[in-house]
Amino acid sequence: MDEPVRIDCQNVEVWYGSKQALHGISIRIPSNRVTALIGPSGCGKSTFLRCLNRMNDLVPGARTRGSILLDGEDILSPATDVVDLRRRVGMVFQRWNPFPKSVFDNVAYGPRIHGIRDKARLAEIVEDALRKASLWDEVKDRLRSSALELSGGQQQRLCIARALAVEPEVLLMDEPASALDPISTARLEDLIGELKERYTIVIVTHNMQQAARVSDYTGFFYMGRLVEYDRTQTIFTSPAQEQTEAYITGRFG
Amino acid sequence: MRAKRVWSALGRSWLVLSTVLVVAVLVLFLVHIARQGWQVMGWEFLTDRPRRGMTQGGIFPAIAGTALVSLLTVVFSLPLGVGAAIYLTEYAPDNRATRWIRLAIRNLSGVPSIVYGLFGVVLFVDLLGLGTSLLSAGLTLGLLTLPWIITASEEALKSVPRAYRDGALALGATRWQAVRTVVLPPALPGILTGAILGLSRAAGETAPILFTGVAFFLPFAPTSLSDQFMALPYHLYILSTQHHSLEKVRPIAYGTALVLVGLVFTLNLTAFAVRSRMRRRLETAR
Ligand SMILES: Nc1ncnc2c1ncn2[C@@H]1O[C@H](COP(=O)(O)OP(=O)(O)O)[C@@H](O)[C@H]1O
Ligand SMILES: [Mg+2]
Repeated sequence: MDEPVRIDCQNVEVWYGSKQALHGISIRIPSNRVTALIGPSGCGKSTFLRCLNRMNDLVPGARTRGSILLDGEDILSPATDVVDLRRRVGMVFQRWNPFPKSVFDNVAYGPRIHGIRDKARLAEIVEDALRKASLWDEVKDRLRSSALELSGGQQQRLCIARALAVEPEVLLMDEPASALDPISTARLEDLIGELKERYTIVIVTHNMQQAARVSDYTGFFYMGRLVEYDRTQTIFTSPAQEQTEAYITGRFG
Repeated sequence: MRAKRVWSALGRSWLVLSTVLVVAVLVLFLVHIARQGWQVMGWEFLTDRPRRGMTQGGIFPAIAGTALVSLLTVVFSLPLGVGAAIYLTEYAPDNRATRWIRLAIRNLSGVPSIVYGLFGVVLFVDLLGLGTSLLSAGLTLGLLTLPWIITASEEALKSVPRAYRDGALALGATRWQAVRTVVLPPALPGILTGAILGLSRAAGETAPILFTGVAFFLPFAPTSLSDQFMALPYHLYILSTQHHSLEKVRPIAYGTALVLVGLVFTLNLTAFAVRSRMRRRLETAR
């Protein structure tokens, strides 16, 4: 890869109990680009994503092997401070999950748990994060009302703002648009395009057109293996593997 | 076809009749207590001590004793019970040991209260040397309510969506921060409901305090943790079975019963109100 690498994975394997979910995944994720992960459901995309911020640690019986270097530092090492890792690697979930708190308190949640108390500073961070998530104009007059009163698309962008407020380097998104209507989806895709200037983004998506639209690189997962990984354009126009071609042309999956 | 209709009508009458009967008995019972108890009810009854061999005066020391021992019960069992529940739901691995502990706690809530009384005598009164005192009785009642509080708290914690925990942890919260900031607040109404219901049960218990701290007669409310105390349920027991002139104290016994029932009712209504408020809040949250 001729670009600066942010995350370098070598031979990552994951087991849930005795069942192996990922086999020897080696992938280099470039800085300030959007990397899409595609593949049929159950092929291990979410599992791989959760390796990158060690959320798999929370799954009872899950084990991870291999090495994942984030800026040259192995995050799978037992010495890694996962709390700090998760601050640096933010995550947006498939089903938006704002806390049952106000819009403001949702975005301020991360900075607060990381020790920021100053009111003016918090207000600044919240506004900044909401602007980056292109939600500010819609919610600036209702920062004190419940986040749960927002529309689905707004709630998902709120979750993005919440993740951005802790100033991560990497943003992981697991099918962030799968429950959104077409207009909200389009807004989200525009937003991803804007965010990649500052963040390294890894997005799992079910939707191949979406991968083609938003990403610079695409990895195709199948049955726990990374079948092919290349520039998005290459993957969608001249894939090297037959399986990849079969998948993107809709012959299976 | 006709047989079917007859059976259906019979079944329905059985259900209606049972309900009417139960409600009627309950209403009769409550009206009776209220009418009898009302004869002695008044400011003096609530604030004065028993006089002339309990045939006159009021029941203030018993009211104060029950209030104080209940307070101690909560102070002791709420933090411990909530702590154990948080550990069991949020931290403990889901293995056989945890399941056994959970099962044991569920079973403890079915143990007869007299057994707790006996245990309280052995542990608090004798072994720890606390004597028959407000403290021993409060601790014993605390033990009695612990399983209820733990079970109610566990249910409340489990009903908080996983997504809240994941969201917090993914932002770099520690497990404790996640529990404190996004798990505990929505679970609080459920926890409080359980605690109040446990308390209302404890307030009416006689057996656990019988050997651990309650007194037959004291002119004053307890002033220290090592004092003995009077309590409403025990006072009622004495007035209705142990007194030398049962007929004479009957009105006072009814008055005591009325106060006790009123107390338990108030507690249960509070629990009900807390719970329905919680339900409304969860509905707007959805
Ligand atoms: N918490 C879990 N416990 C056990 N098995 C799991 C768990 N999560 C995922 N798996 C299994 O791992 C495989 C990959 O799942 P996942 O990563 O969710 O795939 P995808 O996101 O591509 O749909 C599937 O076979 C799934 O059943
Ligand atoms: Mg998935």
